[in-house]
Amino acid sequence: MRVALFITCFNDTLFPGSGRAVVSVLERLGHTVDFPTEQTCCGQMHFNTGYRRDAAPLVTRFARTFAEYDAVVTPSASCAGMVRENHPLLAEQYGDTALQRQVDELMPRVHEFTEFLTDVLGVTDVGAHFPRRVAYHPTCHSLRGLRLGDRPQRLLSAVDGLELVDLPSADSCCGFGGTFAVKNADTSNVMLADKTAAVRASGAEVLCAADNSCLLHIGGGLSRQGDRVRSMHLAEILASTEGEPW
Amino acid sequence: MVSDPRSRGVIWLGSPAFPEAARTALADEQLRANLKRATGTIRDKRLAVAAELDDWEELRDSAAAIKKRVSRHLDHYLLALEASVTAAGGTVHWASDAAEANRIVTELVRATGESEVVKVKSMATQEIGLNEHLAEVGITAYETDLAELIVQLGDDRPSHILVPAIHKNRTEVRDLFVAEMGHWGQPAPEDLSDDPRELAEAARLHLREKFLTAKVAVSGANFAVADTGTVMVVESEGNGRMCLTLPETLITVMGIEKVIPTWQDLEVFLQLLPRSSTGERMNPYTSTWTGTTEGDGPRDFHLVLLDNGRTDTLADETGRQALACIRCSACLNVCPVFERTGGHAYGSVYPGPIGAVLTPQLVGVENAASLPFASTLCGACYDACPVKINIPEVLTHLRVKAVEGKGRASAEALAMKAAATVLDSPRLLAAAQRAAALGGKVLAREGRIGRLPGPLSGWSDTRDTPAPPAESFRTWWRKNRKEERP
Repeated sequence: MRVALFITCFNDTLFPGSGRAVVSVLERLGHTVDFPTEQTCCGQMHFNTGYRRDAAPLVTRFARTFAEYDAVVTPSASCAGMVRENHPLLAEQYGDTALQRQVDELMPRVHEFTEFLTDVLGVTDVGAHFPRRVAYHPTCHSLRGLRLGDRPQRLLSAVDGLELVDLPSADSCCGFGGTFAVKNADTSNVMLADKTAAVRASGAEVLCAADNSCLLHIGGGLSRQGDRVRSMHLAEILASTEGEPW
Repeated sequence: MVSDPRSRGVIWLGSPAFPEAARTALADEQLRANLKRATGTIRDKRLAVAAELDDWEELRDSAAAIKKRVSRHLDHYLLALEASVTAAGGTVHWASDAAEANRIVTELVRATGESEVVKVKSMATQEIGLNEHLAEVGITAYETDLAELIVQLGDDRPSHILVPAIHKNRTEVRDLFVAEMGHWGQPAPEDLSDDPRELAEAARLHLREKFLTAKVAVSGANFAVADTGTVMVVESEGNGRMCLTLPETLITVMGIEKVIPTWQDLEVFLQLLPRSSTGERMNPYTSTWTGTTEGDGPRDFHLVLLDNGRTDTLADETGRQALACIRCSACLNVCPVFERTGGHAYGSVYPGPIGAVLTPQLVGVENAASLPFASTLCGACYDACPVKINIPEVLTHLRVKAVEGKGRASAEALAMKAAATVLDSPRLLAAAQRAAALGGKVLAREGRIGRLPGPLSGWSDTRDTPAPPAESFRTWWRKNRKEERP
């Protein structure tokens, strides 16, 4: 199986560690991961902010870059959702039939990281060790977009030493919403305050999610509030071992 | 006839854009606590009663299919409705916009020689500003739904589709009853407490006087059945039933999208609506009437079919799904934004997620351009919607229109264009990453960036941002992995 990592522009720039973690977990499970360097961005920010036309060339680039792979794995639920839900739409709106066909053929092979582990590889125990109290925040795109269900929790529960704690009102949006956090900063701040209070109430030492964008927002709030809860991508927890803690 | 979208009512003129309008509610911690409790309670009730039906998802699919069929053949069903209502002894009027609907209702009331009407809770008449219009021509409209009465007595605006006075607590209601009821009719007892039972009793006595004297009633409609001409109002208090049965003349103002093909379709909607709306298996009062019946109920029945921007909405293939709305308000109750801002921030009679997609379409996106952005696209509304309106999809669709309205030369559009150029080139992206790492070094203290300038200050006021790492993923890959591979 030819596996490609779609790192996403956001992780590539701000959270390269999450990409290294995905590579580390997949290699530990015996797979070879490729990183086609022509990849850039899925176009989510442009699409969600009303600049669909600007996102259209990125659809062509994505389809071309990953066409040859059996599986495209990404550590971002929202980017996976953007690709699977909206690339076909953009291809229809701005592309020709060749692009539409290319996109339609590729879509079933695009997987969010926890989906790929549980559904494609059939693994829940990835041999990780992480002796911390961990809360999992199901981001909106994980929960209601991709319907990841309990896949992340199953993976986390299998981690040696890890104690998974409940996050109160977990399914409530954290208030990030991409450019929402800038355009409606006041509303976003109030939602953030409720989420950081929930994280504190959970008693977790580490907050994880399947998307670094929401974690940037929640973690940024926790940091500003002087809280010591560490936020990290779920892939980094799964990459952690007794010999090489993350 | 094409009318100026701004004259369609729907939006409250002078309301600021959403981010600014939201500030008042966000600063009011008591209001936010009330909203959180109220929406949380109804949210749990809805989930419990929806879970009782093992065909809930199939019901949602059916409802969406029926509404889709109606929107595709709306002309046909409206003419069928007109024919069946007329055959049953009613009179049908067509109103292209708010002004025309208000004019029709005014003429109908004047023809009765009355100067007072009682009202059943209705979104359509609020949308067209009927009460205000009637007041201008000397006709007093009395709201008889308890929550609408509270809004009317307070010279206030509704903040929720189902519970329009959700922003008022019971002490505020008590004060309002004592101060204002006397100006409108039967006064409230001076020693009125804020006990809900006492408040309800005061409202009952106040309203009973209206029911027994009113000769004309105005209502909206939840559904109208094309093949039988039957109109339906679904409610909880029975006050609507009083208005629909006691007066001699009944005038119903109904959005054209409320028509459904057959009586049997109600089987689907009456399972979905109460459960989604109040979280009940069935609502207490469901009134249906078909034209007029000798010796039973109103002698005259008029049905005013209101367009007011709906045909424009129908022309948009993605946006038209908003017309499927059955006004249950489930989307409001699950919305994390509405829970914090309340309804007034939306500046429209239609608040919450459905308002964010319906209002801009009814009045033109350029007249409500901040509303499609008043959402994190979290998707809770879509999951809760009993007729499966894909609200996030319509929101991003309307954002395109909002952006086009601002022009390609706005600061945001230019920044987005520049970002798109960088993001479509691995070489430029890598250069931007190196620049970001350098900039981060300058700005960051202990690996964290504090305050950011300009439009980003709203972000950095409450959040630290990690400094971009010295090495992007693609740089790490090039150094560590690429040369290992052929």
